[in-house]
Amino acid sequence: MGKRILAVDDSKTMRDMVSFTLKGAGYDVFVADDGVNALSALEGEEVDLIITDINMPNMNGIELVQKLRGNPRFRATPILILTTESDDNIKQQGRSAGATGWIVKPFVPEKLLKVVGKVCS
Amino acid sequence: MLPAGHDDPFAQFKVTFFEECAELLADMEQHLADLESGSYETETLHAIFRAVHSIKAGASAFSFARLVEFSHKFEFLLDELRDGKLAVEPDLVETLFRGFDVLSDLIGFSQNGEIVEGSYGQDALDQIERFLAGNGGAGNGSSKNGSAEDDQGLATVAAAASASVDAGEAAVEKDNSKHFRIEFTPHEAMYRHANEPLLIIRELKDLGRTETTIDISRLPSLQALEPEDAYFSWVFDLWTTHEREDIDEVFEFVIDDCDLTIVTLDSTDEVVSVDVSPCRVDADEDDGFGFFVDVSAVSAGTVSAIEVPKEEKPAAAAAESPAASPSPAVSVPAAPPAGSAQAGGSAASAVKAASIRVDVDRVDRLVNMVGELVITQSMLAQEIELGAQMSADRVGTGMDELSMHIRELQENVMSIRMQPVKSVFSRMPRIVRDVSKKLGKKVRLVTVGEDTEVDKTVIEELADPLTHMIRNSLDHGLETPDERREAGKAEEGTIRLSAEHRGGRIVIEIIDDGRGINREKVLSLAKEKGVISADAQLSDNEIDNLIFAPGFSTAEEVTDLSGRGVGMDVVRRNIQSLGGRVSVQSFPGKGTRFRLMLPLTLAVLDGMIVGVADQKYVVPINSIIETVRPPKKDVEMLVGGGSVIRIRGDYIRVLPISQVFGLEGGECDPSKGLVVLAETEGGRAVGLLVDALAGQQQVVIKSLETNFKAVEGIASATILGDGSVCFILDIDGLSKMKIPEEKLENRRVVAGKKQTNQNDNIAAGVAAE
Repeated sequence: MGKRILAVDDSKTMRDMVSFTLKGAGYDVFVADDGVNALSALEGEEVDLIITDINMPNMNGIELVQKLRGNPRFRATPILILTTESDDNIKQQGRSAGATGWIVKPFVPEKLLKVVGKVCS
Repeated sequence: MLPAGHDDPFAQFKVTFFEECAELLADMEQHLADLESGSYETETLHAIFRAVHSIKAGASAFSFARLVEFSHKFEFLLDELRDGKLAVEPDLVETLFRGFDVLSDLIGFSQNGEIVEGSYGQDALDQIERFLAGNGGAGNGSSKNGSAEDDQGLATVAAAASASVDAGEAAVEKDNSKHFRIEFTPHEAMYRHANEPLLIIRELKDLGRTETTIDISRLPSLQALEPEDAYFSWVFDLWTTHEREDIDEVFEFVIDDCDLTIVTLDSTDEVVSVDVSPCRVDADEDDGFGFFVDVSAVSAGTVSAIEVPKEEKPAAAAAESPAASPSPAVSVPAAPPAGSAQAGGSAASAVKAASIRVDVDRVDRLVNMVGELVITQSMLAQEIELGAQMSADRVGTGMDELSMHIRELQENVMSIRMQPVKSVFSRMPRIVRDVSKKLGKKVRLVTVGEDTEVDKTVIEELADPLTHMIRNSLDHGLETPDERREAGKAEEGTIRLSAEHRGGRIVIEIIDDGRGINREKVLSLAKEKGVISADAQLSDNEIDNLIFAPGFSTAEEVTDLSGRGVGMDVVRRNIQSLGGRVSVQSFPGKGTRFRLMLPLTLAVLDGMIVGVADQKYVVPINSIIETVRPPKKDVEMLVGGGSVIRIRGDYIRVLPISQVFGLEGGECDPSKGLVVLAETEGGRAVGLLVDALAGQQQVVIKSLETNFKAVEGIASATILGDGSVCFILDIDGLSKMKIPEEKLENRRVVAGKKQTNQNDNIAAGVAAE
């Protein structure tokens, strides 16, 4: 059975590209458009990996990572943050919040799959 | 799933991207207006930032280099703003608006695949730079730096991809394989970040032959064991043909959370390179994801244990390994890739947005409705199967339910295309702001009913006429503050833009409290330009509506702000082509009211089916005033063909439809047939003489232009329940048609034949659709 991945991004373009790439590689992908909706999407759901954007309305990626790490269910779930090159500072914030790693936008499909494979296989 | 032969796997998401851009821009414009008016919250600043940020991310995914470059700068300014490092002040807001314009244009260029001039948007960039420079200059420097990185990122993404694919293959041990010794001691934090040492070990094994030693000396007794602490360390001996970079990559996410020492040994096991980690440098620009070890600054033979300051890194790396690829060091000039990337993106982005977003609620309702239909259908099927006992009653009930559900289903499907007019209305504050500033007028725009919904196609066509009318009101309707003061009005003029549903149509009004239409001037201009005859007697209302007459547009308007050389006649034509109407009402000294009435959808139409000779036609219900059979005494036959009837003191022209289309056997005497009184765009009534009313029905509009060609007096076609093609009459067009009596006999025959041909052709065209 394919691993389940939650992709969180407020940009539909990004959500579509991430889920298209991952689904093509046999992953089971579901999506949410901000941190709040990500948390509700995770209610009662099993997930093997969470990929989240940082800049989002309502609840941003950093807060989401903090919330997830505070929940025993997701303490050991790998979380990758999607970030841009100029976000070095944000990247560090992501780390201290408890993110597992990051993917830099824009990504090529091979790269995304490789990074996903690194933390979830 | 990929389009065959297409290089870019993400090309299919461009449509989504541009749709998203349009939404983001609309929101952003609203937010900017809020900023300017001072009624904003911190969240507004964040939202503006996010919009530009998202645009940038998408643009870089599709390699729209110019857009990336610009949005990157812009984002930087917005970042300072949301962090409170810059204050919201008029000059800055002006810059944001200018930036917004450039951003919109660049998106447009990217979408249309147009190549952008190198200097385009430079003024906005300069303004942005000025603010960043004014803010200590630090931002300026790093923003430039960031931009160069981005360009580099674009240029090397492909190279990085192929490199990473190679790296993924298990290495074959060759003579030139290298021997690395890796000492790896995870910290407890590594587990807290959900990194899994087993995955790391597995990845390492993929690189080549490994010998692993595990050190469990720190493992305490079971009683003392903390399940979440880290106790193990590993030593790996790795023989691989891969480079040091690939090993670093394995540890990229954990480098901060472990002790890592990687030693390069030569064949005789002598140490040739030692790297004591952690060496905290981000060098992810080349590879598209995170690194904590600077791979380019540390080349073989170098012993490096110092932290390389980030800002200096590109330069240092360039000096040391200019040929290293992929390397972030080489700064590529922005311009050349910009041009080629734009050109490359053109082919795929030529496809315009053709999808819509739909509320989940609406989709749910549809699903329910289809469920109901299935139930009713199976109920009917069961009843029919029972045959003998079949009670007509129950089948009748079933049919009733079926039609009810189908009607609901249709309404719901139509509602999917409905969108609030907000997306158009939200552009207006900007126009009001810019134009009033240029004109030196003080104007307040009030919008009402932004949530009123109308078909997406109507919305798209609405922006231009509305923009033009607002400009018109600003320019001609409202007075300058001085004039207003003299007239005893408040200095600030008001334009009220409202939308509401009324009788199955959407009514949009633009009301200003300006000077009203100068009827004397309009009248003399119209006479001067020959729009009306010199001796014409017109009512006030007719004079007001002259501004929509073709040829009325004044020269001053062409050179004027709108700068597009279109007059109100174009506005009216646009609105009419949408099946709508526009009218104006002026109150001298008090203001002017423009009213647009538009159908809610362009896809279906409520029609009255009328019979003429052996043909059927559809008359749009919206334009029907009433249907009468006039007594003989009220009918006056005209010498020039046709007739007029007198109704309540008014004379109304009657067009015998059979004569207009040259049909044999249609009724030509109004007192024997039926006269459908329909309203034309000008608000006048015209009578359509038909033989019979065949019933009211919703019809699906099929374009004549697309399937055949435009025909005078016919708006479009539809297909009736029996599969036959039926024309929808164009009331306005008909009212302008003239049928000279003397040619009538000829016309009948010729047009009659033509008509048959047209019917056949259209039937073929529509059916093929």
